[in-house]
Amino acid sequence: MDLHLLIVIFPQVLLDGLILGFMYALIALGYTMVYGVLEFINFAHSEIFVVGAFVGVEILLMLKARGGLELLSPFLILLLLLVAGMAVSGLLAMAVERVAYRPLRGTPRLIPLISAIGVSFFLQDAIRLVESIWRNAFNLVYPTMDQLNHRFTLTETIDVSVKSVVVIVVALLMLWALHLLVNRTKIGKAIRAVAEDQATASLMGINVNRMISLTFLIGGAMGGAAGVLFGIQYSLINPYTGFIPGLKAFTAAVLGGIGNIPGAMVGGLVLGLLEAFAASYLSLLTHGAFGAEYKDIFAFSVLILILIFRPKGLLGEVVRERA
Amino acid sequence: MRTYRIRTALVILTALALVLPVALLTEAQTKGTIKIATQSPLSGGQAALGEGLKLGTQLAIEQKKGPIEKLGFKVELVPYDDQAKPDVGVANAANVIADKDILVVVGHLNSGVAIPSSEKYKEVMLAMISPANTNPVVTDRNYLNVSRVCGRDDVQGVVGAEFAKTTLKAKKAYVIHDKTTYGQGVAEFFRDHAKKIGIEVVGFEGTEEKSNFDPIITPIKAKNPDLIYFGGIYDQAAPFFKQTREKGVKATFLGPDGMDSSDLAKIGGSAVKGMYYTSVAGPVTVYPKAKKFAGDYKAKFKKDPEPFAAQAYDSASIGLAAVEQAIKAAGGKMPNREQVSVAVRKSKYEGLTGKIEFDEKGDPKKALYFVLQVVSDDPAKWGDNKEVKRLEIAAPPLKK
Repeated sequence: MDLHLLIVIFPQVLLDGLILGFMYALIALGYTMVYGVLEFINFAHSEIFVVGAFVGVEILLMLKARGGLELLSPFLILLLLLVAGMAVSGLLAMAVERVAYRPLRGTPRLIPLISAIGVSFFLQDAIRLVESIWRNAFNLVYPTMDQLNHRFTLTETIDVSVKSVVVIVVALLMLWALHLLVNRTKIGKAIRAVAEDQATASLMGINVNRMISLTFLIGGAMGGAAGVLFGIQYSLINPYTGFIPGLKAFTAAVLGGIGNIPGAMVGGLVLGLLEAFAASYLSLLTHGAFGAEYKDIFAFSVLILILIFRPKGLLGEVVRERA
Repeated sequence: MRTYRIRTALVILTALALVLPVALLTEAQTKGTIKIATQSPLSGGQAALGEGLKLGTQLAIEQKKGPIEKLGFKVELVPYDDQAKPDVGVANAANVIADKDILVVVGHLNSGVAIPSSEKYKEVMLAMISPANTNPVVTDRNYLNVSRVCGRDDVQGVVGAEFAKTTLKAKKAYVIHDKTTYGQGVAEFFRDHAKKIGIEVVGFEGTEEKSNFDPIITPIKAKNPDLIYFGGIYDQAAPFFKQTREKGVKATFLGPDGMDSSDLAKIGGSAVKGMYYTSVAGPVTVYPKAKKFAGDYKAKFKKDPEPFAAQAYDSASIGLAAVEQAIKAAGGKMPNREQVSVAVRKSKYEGLTGKIEFDEKGDPKKALYFVLQVVSDDPAKWGDNKEVKRLEIAAPPLKK
C-alpha cells in the first residue's frame, strides 16, 4: 500500500468531504425544520432543491446570452442567483404546503407522507416539461465563470478553487443566520412554540398556520440556496438530480437527530466526509477489490452502526429544543 | 325531440355511408401493414443519440418503402423509448413482440439494454438489427435474429489502447467506467490490452455518479497519469472530464464511441477540446455515400445527423430489403418473423457506411474503426471532428 499517497491526498479529500457535507447540511435543514414543527417528512424537498438549481442556471444562461457574465462581478452574479433561487424555492415550498399538506393536517401521518411523494413526482416532471418547452433540453449545464474556477495553490498537491471556498462560506453564513433567526428573534420563538405544542401556541396568540408557512419558506429557501451552490460546484443538473442528494440529506438529518437544527449540520458533515473518504480511499486501501462505487455502502453501514448505538441521532438527546 | 333524434341518426348514417366505402376500398388495396420498430432512449441524458437513431430509421423508411408498397403492404414506423434502461427496454420488447405487424426492430443504443431485450425478440425470432451496440455478447450468443452493422468493443478497446501507446505515447493510464455492460466491457478490453503492450494502468474504477466526481478525481490527481480512459457514455463522461480539468489534472482524455455526441462538447466545453475517442461510426463526412443522407436529414429534421443516425439508416434499409425478400419468398403474402430474420442474415447490402455482409453470428464481416479528435468546444462543430486514424478490421470468429 502506498502510504505516501494516502497522506498526500488527505487534505484534498477532507476538503471535498466538507463541501459535500455543507451541501447536505443545507438540504437537511429543510427536512429537519419541517419535521421539527409537523413531525412529517417532506419528501418533495429534494425537488424544491432542484428548482433552486434550475432558477440559478436559467438566470446564468440569460445573463450569458446578453453578455452579462463578463460585465458583472461573479460575486454579484452569485448573490443574485442565491437570492433568486432562495426566493423561488422558498415560495414554492410554501405553496406546496398550502396545496398538498395543509388540507391533510390532522389525518393519519402516512397520508401527508404519500402526498409528499406525489408532489415530488409531480415537480420532477413539471420541471422537465417546462424546460423541454422552454429550452428543448432538460439536462442543463451551469456556464463556467472563470473567476470562480480560479485555484489557489496551497501546496504542490493541494489546491482549492474559489467556488469551493464560496460554497463553504455561504453555507456557514446561512447556517449562522438561521441559528440567529430561530434562537434570537420573536419569530424564531414563535416557530419553536408551534413545534413544542400547536394548540397552546395558538392560545398564546401565535398564528400557527403562518408559522408553519414560514417554516416551509425558510426550509425551502435553504434548499434553493443549496441547489444554486450544487449547480455551481458540479455543473450538470437535470430534473431528477435531486433524488440522491435529497435522500442523503434526509439521512443526514436522521443521523444528526431529526428535528434538530445543529444536528442536521453535524449529520450533513459526517455523511459528506464519510462518503468522500470512502470514495477516495476504499480502492487504495483494498487494492481495487472495493472501488469507489462502494462509497454509499460504506457510508450507510457506518450510519447504521451509529444509529444502533444512538437511535435518536448524534445530537438527538443532547439538545432538547426543536425548531 | 323525436325529430331531432331521427335527424341525428340520419346524419350519422349518411356520414357512415360516405366513409365506409373509402375505408373498405383502402383495406382492399393493402394486404396489411408492416411495422418497423425503433428502440432507443428518446428521453433522458442520452436522448440526443437515441433520437438520431429514430430519425435515421424514419428517413430510411420514407425513402425506401416503395418496393414493399408495390407488393401491397403499408410500411409504418413505431418508435419506442427505452430510456437507456434495461427494464424499460425489456418491457417495451414485450409490447413489440405482441404486435404481430412488427417484423424488424432497429435498436438499441445501449448494449446493456439490447442484450436482455433481444432475449425477448428471440422468443419469436423477431429480427433486431443494431446500429450501435458494440458489446461482444450481443452477437456472441449466436442468435439468428440478432445482427449489427457496427464493430465490437473487444476490437474497439484494443484500437484505443494501441492508439494510446503508439500515437499518444502514454505510459500511465487511469481507467474509469460507468459499470454498465457496455462501459465496463470496453474499459476492461482497453485495460487488458494496455497492460499487455506495456502501459501501466494505475487505477480502474467504476462509478454510477452523475454529478459529484470530486472523490474519484482526488486519487487520480495524486497518481498523476498521462492518460485517462473513460468507458461509458457522454452524459456522464462530460461532467467528469469538466471537473477533472477544473481540478487541474492535465492528462489526455480518451474514450470509446459512447463519447460521440455533440452533447459532450455542450456539457464538457473547453475541457473536452482536443480529447480523443475511438468509434465504430465515423462522422457522416468520412463516408462518401452519406453526403446525400446528411443533406436529406438536415432538410427534413432541421439538424445535423447525430452519430449512429447513418448506421440506423443502414440498419433500417437492410431490414426493409429483407422484408421485401421475405414477402417474395412467401409468395407475396405477409412473411413470418423467422423468414425476415433469415433474410436479414443473408443480406448483401451496399450502405452509406460501406458494404455490409454478416458473418454466421451476425457481426459485419469487416467493420471500420476510427480514432477521432474533438476539434472545438462548440457543439455545432461536432461534425468537424478530425479523423486521426481509420482501420478496417474483421470481426473475431465465434468462440466455441
